[in-house]
Amino acid sequence: MAKVLMKGNEALAEAAIQAGCRHYFGYPITPQNEVTAYMAKRMPEVGGVFLQAESEVSAINMVYGAGGAGARVLITSSSPGISLMQEGISYIAGAEVPCVIANIMRGGPGLGGIQPSQSDYFQATKGGGHGDYKLIVLAPSTIQEMAELVQQAFHIADKYRNPVMILGDGMLGQMMEPVDFDILKKEENKIEEKPWATTGMGTRNKRNIINSLELDPQILEKHNIEIFKKYQKAAREEVRYEMTNCEEAEIILVAYGTIARVAKNVIEIAKRENIKVGLIRPISLWPFPEEPFKKTKDHVKAYLTIEMSMGQMVEDVKLAVNGQKEVHFYGRVGGMVPEPMAILEEIKKIRGKK
Amino acid sequence: MAVVFQKTKGLTDTPFHYCPGCTHGIVHRLVAETMEELGVLDKAIGVAPVGCAVFAYEYFNCDMQEAAHGRAPAVATGIKRVHPDKIVFTYQGDGDLAAIGTAETVHAAARGENITVIFINNAIYGMTGGQMAPTSLIGQETLTTPYGRKPETNGYPIKMCEMLSTLEGAAYIERVSVYDVKHVLNAKKAIKNAFKAQINKKGFSMIEVLSSCPTNWGMSPNEALKWTKDKMEQYYPLGVYKNTLEEEK
Ligand SMILES: Cc1ncc(C[n+]2csc(CCOP(=O)(O)OP(=O)(O)O)c2C)c(N)n1
Ligand code: SF4
Repeated sequence: MAKVLMKGNEALAEAAIQAGCRHYFGYPITPQNEVTAYMAKRMPEVGGVFLQAESEVSAINMVYGAGGAGARVLITSSSPGISLMQEGISYIAGAEVPCVIANIMRGGPGLGGIQPSQSDYFQATKGGGHGDYKLIVLAPSTIQEMAELVQQAFHIADKYRNPVMILGDGMLGQMMEPVDFDILKKEENKIEEKPWATTGMGTRNKRNIINSLELDPQILEKHNIEIFKKYQKAAREEVRYEMTNCEEAEIILVAYGTIARVAKNVIEIAKRENIKVGLIRPISLWPFPEEPFKKTKDHVKAYLTIEMSMGQMVEDVKLAVNGQKEVHFYGRVGGMVPEPMAILEEIKKIRGKK
Repeated sequence: MAVVFQKTKGLTDTPFHYCPGCTHGIVHRLVAETMEELGVLDKAIGVAPVGCAVFAYEYFNCDMQEAAHGRAPAVATGIKRVHPDKIVFTYQGDGDLAAIGTAETVHAAARGENITVIFINNAIYGMTGGQMAPTSLIGQETLTTPYGRKPETNGYPIKMCEMLSTLEGAAYIERVSVYDVKHVLNAKKAIKNAFKAQINKKGFSMIEVLSSCPTNWGMSPNEALKWTKDKMEQYYPLGVYKNTLEEEK
């Protein structure tokens, strides 16, 4: 297949199908409606299941059932819908069921708006539902990368038996770019046996139970520690990031997703004014990449985190920098996208400081 | 020596935790016997609720998933869509099915989801210590209706069989009770019909069982059975509310 021009939401859906996902449960919400429409059309063609649930609460519980029954399963929504799914996500993590969840973020809180936003960063990376658990969170910044990360997400979800979240935003969902599905890693699409899944006992002599209840505090503590070991492994093996122009940069921008593209423009504009600007782009938001900050902290004057939020990832940046350098923040919210010239102004302000 | 009775293979050896005189245990046995008799234990996948039956996954001798409060029909939907030829059932209380999970119940029925729901109506929240359920009777005293359930403040009890039988997707809906041997035998027949409806791919089936909760009703097991018969049955008439199995004949 050659490159095809696709909307981000459609690429997300197609990549899932190519990764062997044959079950999609969803509920309409802007700006991710193309996924439901695409799945409704494509799933019957590939012998899969598309089901429009009566609510996000129901949809995520269908995902729990289907994932527990051994299927590769996808669910997508946008901010208010993801809030409704938090109950199910906590159960899915507790019961160690793999699935892929995509949040194509829009402005909040509450009903908010339908324009792009990044204000669900805390919810995605710090919990969202109840209990000690983690999602592995991946943030694409191009549509090609969206497709690639969706495929990796299925693989990672199976590997850790844990939900993996694709954190995008309305802009990435809505814009069109060429995508090449051929370069995707095919070996990751191989679905391994899931001997733990509820498939009906058949000739198996042991029952399979998918469950998150444990009333004995000692056993529950053990379970919590076990799943945390898994997260520690993920924290070692699933860190992903990109560094641009960081070697000699005096100011390093930190941005993820679509805003990282704006940041790349800033690097070019700044160059014309002889200002050396670099970019650290976390691709995995959890586990959050700390190495690029270790690598750059000696020569950089300051970091400037840019987000479409009131400042959420900036807290993780501060933790990674650990007080060794200044960390600044610039953000726009409500669906507003930070503009290159405004970011350049911030950079100049930081440089001007003694 | 001839064996005249033995424990069903549909149950594990785990002892039930239910209170003495609670009819949850009887219903478990009926469901388990039914699955054994229909020969579907090896392809059954059950969904346990939140409520007194939360440990149902320990008892039924088949693959099981435990769902969040009220979400069992959605979880069952997910399982069934992955394994359309397996037998998928949920086991839920009234708080689970008719309060927090009303939407999941109604929509699974409306979709004609080919699953079987076993609905234990004991007119109270058992596990959390005896609060009002959507099915609590008018005048019934519970922890959260200490002066009796009043329609003005608490609304009216929900009749699930009546409600769900209006939906096209519902294939088999029956209300039964288990307060004496005759009714237990009838309940067994109903449960079997519900599973048969699923085996024949008819759509959604639900058996509502009027069940007792001696502990939270504050009664002896015998008084509780009598209350089920005298009080609950008045408001919740027994019978078949929908049967597409018969239409075939
Ligand atoms: C989201 C959520 N809310 C509340 C509870 C607490 N809770 C546990 S069981 C229960 C009531 C169950 O009543 P019912 O379904 O009638 O079953 P019974 O115990 O009577 O058999 C409640 C409210 C919970 N576990 N989860
Ligand atoms: S509390 Fe009621 S419903 Fe629960 S086990 Fe005891 S008697 Fe049965």
